[in-house]
Amino acid sequence: MTGALPAVQLNGVSVVYALAGGGRYEAVQPVDVRVAEGEFVAILGPTGCGKSTLLNIAAGLMPPSSGESVIYGEKLAGLNSVAGYLFQQDALMPWKSARDNVAIGLEVAGMARANALAAADSMLAKVGLAAFGDRYPHQLSGGQKKRVALAQVLVRRPKILLMDEPFGPLDAQTRLIMSELLLDLWQADRKAVMFVTHDLDEAIALSDRVLIMSAGPASRIIGDFPIPLPRPRNIAELRGEPEFHRLHALIWNALRDEVRKTYGLTSAGSAA
Amino acid sequence: MSRVKLLSLQVLVALVALGLWHIGSTIPFGTGANGKPFYLLPQFFFSTPGAVIGRVFTMFADGSVYAHLWITLVETVLAFTIGASLGILIGFWFARKPLVAAVFDPYVKMMNALPRVVLAPIFALWFGLGIWSKVWLGVTLVFFIVFFNVYQGVREVPQVVLQNARMLGMSERHLLRHVYWPAALSWVFSSLHTSVGFAVVGAVVGEYLGSSKGLGYLIHQAEGVFDVTGVFAGMVILMIFVMAIDFLVTLIEKPLLVWRPGETKTV
Ligand SMILES: Nc1ncnc2c1ncn2[C@@H]1O[C@H](COP(=O)(O)OP(=O)(O)OP(=O)(O)O)[C@@H](O)[C@H]1O
Ligand SMILES: [Mg+2]
Repeated sequence: MTGALPAVQLNGVSVVYALAGGGRYEAVQPVDVRVAEGEFVAILGPTGCGKSTLLNIAAGLMPPSSGESVIYGEKLAGLNSVAGYLFQQDALMPWKSARDNVAIGLEVAGMARANALAAADSMLAKVGLAAFGDRYPHQLSGGQKKRVALAQVLVRRPKILLMDEPFGPLDAQTRLIMSELLLDLWQADRKAVMFVTHDLDEAIALSDRVLIMSAGPASRIIGDFPIPLPRPRNIAELRGEPEFHRLHALIWNALRDEVRKTYGLTSAGSAA
Repeated sequence: MSRVKLLSLQVLVALVALGLWHIGSTIPFGTGANGKPFYLLPQFFFSTPGAVIGRVFTMFADGSVYAHLWITLVETVLAFTIGASLGILIGFWFARKPLVAAVFDPYVKMMNALPRVVLAPIFALWFGLGIWSKVWLGVTLVFFIVFFNVYQGVREVPQVVLQNARMLGMSERHLLRHVYWPAALSWVFSSLHTSVGFAVVGAVVGEYLGSSKGLGYLIHQAEGVFDVTGVFAGMVILMIFVMAIDFLVTLIEKPLLVWRPGETKTV
């Protein structure tokens, strides 16, 4: 039984990249992140602050420079096999059709091909791509590719979801639909989610907690805001509620100063 | 430009070239120093288009060419198959084992820098004057092209595609089959025209330098007796042969590369 253990714990994790020329770049200074079982945590921060870096650590794609990641109580060594990772970049296999891209994760787990394809088709239908199963990635738009990638991750029903700006290239309406889909699926079998986004509205609407990271280099977590909005939530209506606005103003203040730092502006707003 | 227009321009180029050849070789330009008629393209060196085409037709009509075509085809197919298989195997091996690649790197470069023609006599010595000396000459040409392409293809799979595949639960064996293999294969196919072309080169050069059958032998034999018409006829047949093979390659690769971002078509 894993119920009581947190899904993800990053304990004093720091990341120092070795640069090609022999230099070092301290991307993230030691941070502690805890994502409880079934908890939806959004991570916000200015560009380049180390959000993707943290997800890579949680996914086990690279070891932290110090500290450790602990998944359901076990120290992570190597890949995090209970996590699904929706990458920020394009990561579909270009030689597989959308359907095959989605089905492959099930096939390699031992599901019969026919069943895997059926599951892939129904997941593609959920992300609004029922008619696009036969397309190859290069025949899809940026937003369509993102949704195929989303289906690819979701269809495997991983216990932990790592999502790096999953709705980045989508228009506002599709974003809403995809957010609702994600919330529905999440509501059904409460996974732990680490959700990176640039959109504060989205972060508040979806998550239980919003983490704010400071501008890099050596960024850290400078804000941890619980989002006590009741569930299930209606994302479209949520934005009209006073509590939503209160949270928004609160978090935005913390975030704004950090975004300004990234561009060398002081918090008073004058150019440096 | 419409297809018809393009095609007629292409035919026009051929007609002009043949026409110039015909004029130069059959119509005298005044008289030479020795009192004989002067030709821009003397028939002894250039033959005439009519004679060459006629010879090609007779060679096909009397059936004398088929045995040679067949031998060259067999050598080409064997050279390609063996060369490509070795190239794929070793390319994979090197790409997955950086240490092996690093150790062998200078030797691979040295071997590839060697002009392959110089191997022909040695191969004739080792493998005899039959088809195998030609096949192995072709193999040394095909191998390096396929090898380098597979090596690149496997190494240049985008990091994030690989990471994604791993996160989807793929083992090394799955990666080989679903990621490395298709990536490498696409590079092999993108170089298919070149490598098949080199298989032909290996076969023909080998035949040219020592054999008793094949298109290269035909040309060599005609040269030996100053039969320029025969040389040109052999070249024409060789060109037809290469174009036919190239066409087949195009037919084969099309359905295999549908996933590649090619030319975007709208209607
Ligand atoms: N492989 C690497 N080598 C060196 N530096 C890197 C590497 N990957 C990332 N960085 C640096 O680490 C910092 C954090 O990068 P990261 O990709 O985590 O940012 P991010 O918060 O995801 O940004 P964005 O919102 O733009 O995606 C950046 O300054 C980046 O330049
Ligand atoms: Mg990022």
